[in-house]
Amino acid sequence: MAEAAAPKKSLWAKHAFLERNSIWLMIGILLVVAIGGLVEIVPLFYLKSTIEKVSGVRPWSPLELAGRNIYVREGCYNCHSQMIRPLRDEVERYGHYSLAAESMYDRPFQWGSKRTGPDLARVGNKYSDEWQRQHLADPRSVVPGSIMPGYPFLAQTPLKTYEIADDMKVNAVLGVPYSEAMIAEALADLKAQATPDADGDGLTERYPGAQQRDFDGNPKVISEADALIAYLQALGTMVDFKLYDDKANIR
Amino acid sequence: MTQLHSSAGEGRGSGATEPGVDQSGKKMTFGEGGLAFVFAVLSLSCITVAAKTHDAAYAFHAYLSAFASLAAVFVILNRYVDRPAALPAREIDGKPNYNFGPVKFATIAAMFWGIAGFLVGVIIAFQLAFPWLNLDLPWTAFGRLRPLHTSAVIFAFGGNVLIGTSFYVVQRTSRARLAGYLAPWFVVLGYNFFIVIAGTGYLLGITQSKEYAEPEWYADLWLTVVWVTYLLVYLATLWRRQEPHIYVANWFYLAFIVTIAMLHLGNNASIPVSVFSPKSYIVWSGVQDAMVQWWYGHNAVGFFLTAGFLAIMYYFIPKRADRPVYSYRLSIIHFWALIFIYIWAGPHHLHYTALPDWAQTLGMTFSIILWMPSWGGMINGLMTLSGAWDKLRTDPVLRMMVVSVAFYGMSTFEGPLMSVKSVNSLSHYTDWTIGHVHSGALGWVAYISFGAIYCLVPWLWQKRELYSLRLVNWHFWISTIGIVFYISAMWVAGILQGLMWRAYTSLGFLEYSFIETVEAMHPFYIIRAVGGVLFLVGGLIMAFNIFMTIRQPETAEADTGARNPSLVPAE
Repeated sequence: MAEAAAPKKSLWAKHAFLERNSIWLMIGILLVVAIGGLVEIVPLFYLKSTIEKVSGVRPWSPLELAGRNIYVREGCYNCHSQMIRPLRDEVERYGHYSLAAESMYDRPFQWGSKRTGPDLARVGNKYSDEWQRQHLADPRSVVPGSIMPGYPFLAQTPLKTYEIADDMKVNAVLGVPYSEAMIAEALADLKAQATPDADGDGLTERYPGAQQRDFDGNPKVISEADALIAYLQALGTMVDFKLYDDKANIR
Repeated sequence: MTQLHSSAGEGRGSGATEPGVDQSGKKMTFGEGGLAFVFAVLSLSCITVAAKTHDAAYAFHAYLSAFASLAAVFVILNRYVDRPAALPAREIDGKPNYNFGPVKFATIAAMFWGIAGFLVGVIIAFQLAFPWLNLDLPWTAFGRLRPLHTSAVIFAFGGNVLIGTSFYVVQRTSRARLAGYLAPWFVVLGYNFFIVIAGTGYLLGITQSKEYAEPEWYADLWLTVVWVTYLLVYLATLWRRQEPHIYVANWFYLAFIVTIAMLHLGNNASIPVSVFSPKSYIVWSGVQDAMVQWWYGHNAVGFFLTAGFLAIMYYFIPKRADRPVYSYRLSIIHFWALIFIYIWAGPHHLHYTALPDWAQTLGMTFSIILWMPSWGGMINGLMTLSGAWDKLRTDPVLRMMVVSVAFYGMSTFEGPLMSVKSVNSLSHYTDWTIGHVHSGALGWVAYISFGAIYCLVPWLWQKRELYSLRLVNWHFWISTIGIVFYISAMWVAGILQGLMWRAYTSLGFLEYSFIETVEAMHPFYIIRAVGGVLFLVGGLIMAFNIFMTIRQPETAEADTGARNPSLVPAE
């Protein structure tokens, strides 16, 4: 810093100025603490290499978004990460290491910091819906050694859907590519995705690869379990790693 | 200004005169009238929101806020009616007329939230060992209780200690009364109301699920108002100071207040779905959100849990040891180095993730450099004892604070170690991180807070000494054993799990399934929970001691200044 260049004797005397002037002390503190954050954060918004160029990553469908919001509400991030590191054992255990592009529409990000339970970045399509709903309701019925809390109330609670279009509107304002048609059809798409016999053409057109079925095994209601399982089954499935070129995106 | 007086307050003020209080010519201040008006409007708005929202939990918060705002209007007007015409004098007989009411409240609140936070910690520790304790209910699941624990200990316990001690220290070292008449109370009560909203919100499922920044947009907005008032009260008190120099503890408090404001605003920038919904979406997404989050998260450690508590160290250790701070120059160097370097360290929470490598490398580099200014602070704290080391034998309060500085030194060595990428590849995602956090949180933050509260309570309530130093001794040893249980169990658990995850058989297959590594944690989770129980028991002993101290009869001379010689400036 510039202060260090001053002659040794006057340095301490100069500091006395800050000790006598609270406003300058405060401005000094602000300047000093602003630098690190600016250098580390700002380039992430303009360096093109920050987010890999991949095809397949789409915004969450209305049902998946609602499921994600339940994931957020229950604080799943406290025990589950969604970030596979490029280490041999992780890639073998969980699948291809996570790309920045795969969470580029996630608000907030849910990479997590602790694996009390396993990573969920690529849990999509690894287990059947039946396994997922049993596991959510009573984890130890399918994994005896599990220490996860049971969430039996999810399958019994009807999903609140009145806000889903507004949710998508806010995301669109923030830059998630939800089109006007997607927002207009939000509720219809949400219901269609959880109903096996519904006409799903519009849904899969707007959200390629969206899985359409009755996730919670109860066709009478669209429950919170429907939404959460739809989200879990979509996690990590959007990028086709048979086609993805690792070397093209080395940063 | 007089035209702006609220008519409601004027009308009530003239009728209810108490005997013995000079109320002639009393006028409501702009602050009293304005604040009462703002709270009245706030109360009405909250009732409107409660009536229109579809979300039951949010309606509960709206009614709670409406009730609290009405209570605030009542208290402000009532206080106005009862007070004499003149506001409290800044000086009486040439001595500063200190305002210790808000400090006392924050001290009691810290004790209360500390016990509550330790208790929730113990509950969730047992949940990890015995998962049926989650009860299969939404409000008692680990995912909702864990943020309750972290927020209760960091923001409720730690925050009240910081606000309370900072209001004490800034008055004492400036030899001036706290600025503002209602403002200091607004800060203390408003902050605790934020805690209530945040904590009940988690239980009801209102959360952003950003670690250590879980409260939703409306709680964040409220905290912003409280925090700006806090900064203004703090600065305005500094402006009244009788000393030409601002004492070193105040630099740290100021850095804590200013930087936390910056981090809070940056990390919580979000757009609510509507004013009638508790839900909001963060303006950052994915990798950028991750970087902003750990820029915030690591510096919540750096500025909330470090800079603020270093300020406590710089006031309370010299006071209690009756020695000047070891080195003035070291305090300057390590202050600026610490706050400059800390901010860069965030990316070490994102090693080997999808965050670009250049950012990870910067984070690791600065984390290692950070070791130096951290130990600068430790050396300055420990060496302040030179010439007074014998007091450790006789004064368990001082011993607690010195051990806390030693724990600070230990965890600020462990931190840079864990930020090295190759170490981090093992430690990340495991309980080693949890152990590291607790050696800092229990050993450093809680111990320096306990020491400060043990010092403060006799000073504030004008008692000769604590009710019992023997109980302090018991507190110290029981909780120290608790910490040792806790952190050693987590070291073993973390390193064991990290190694099991990456273990291969001779045929080249992964040796353990994930669930086998979970099952291996069971004994260590029990030991950790027992350690937590011991720490909680220590806290209960402390609460009893504090309660009995306050109940003691006042000392006759009630002159804390005589027994605690005024602080020698850092020079």
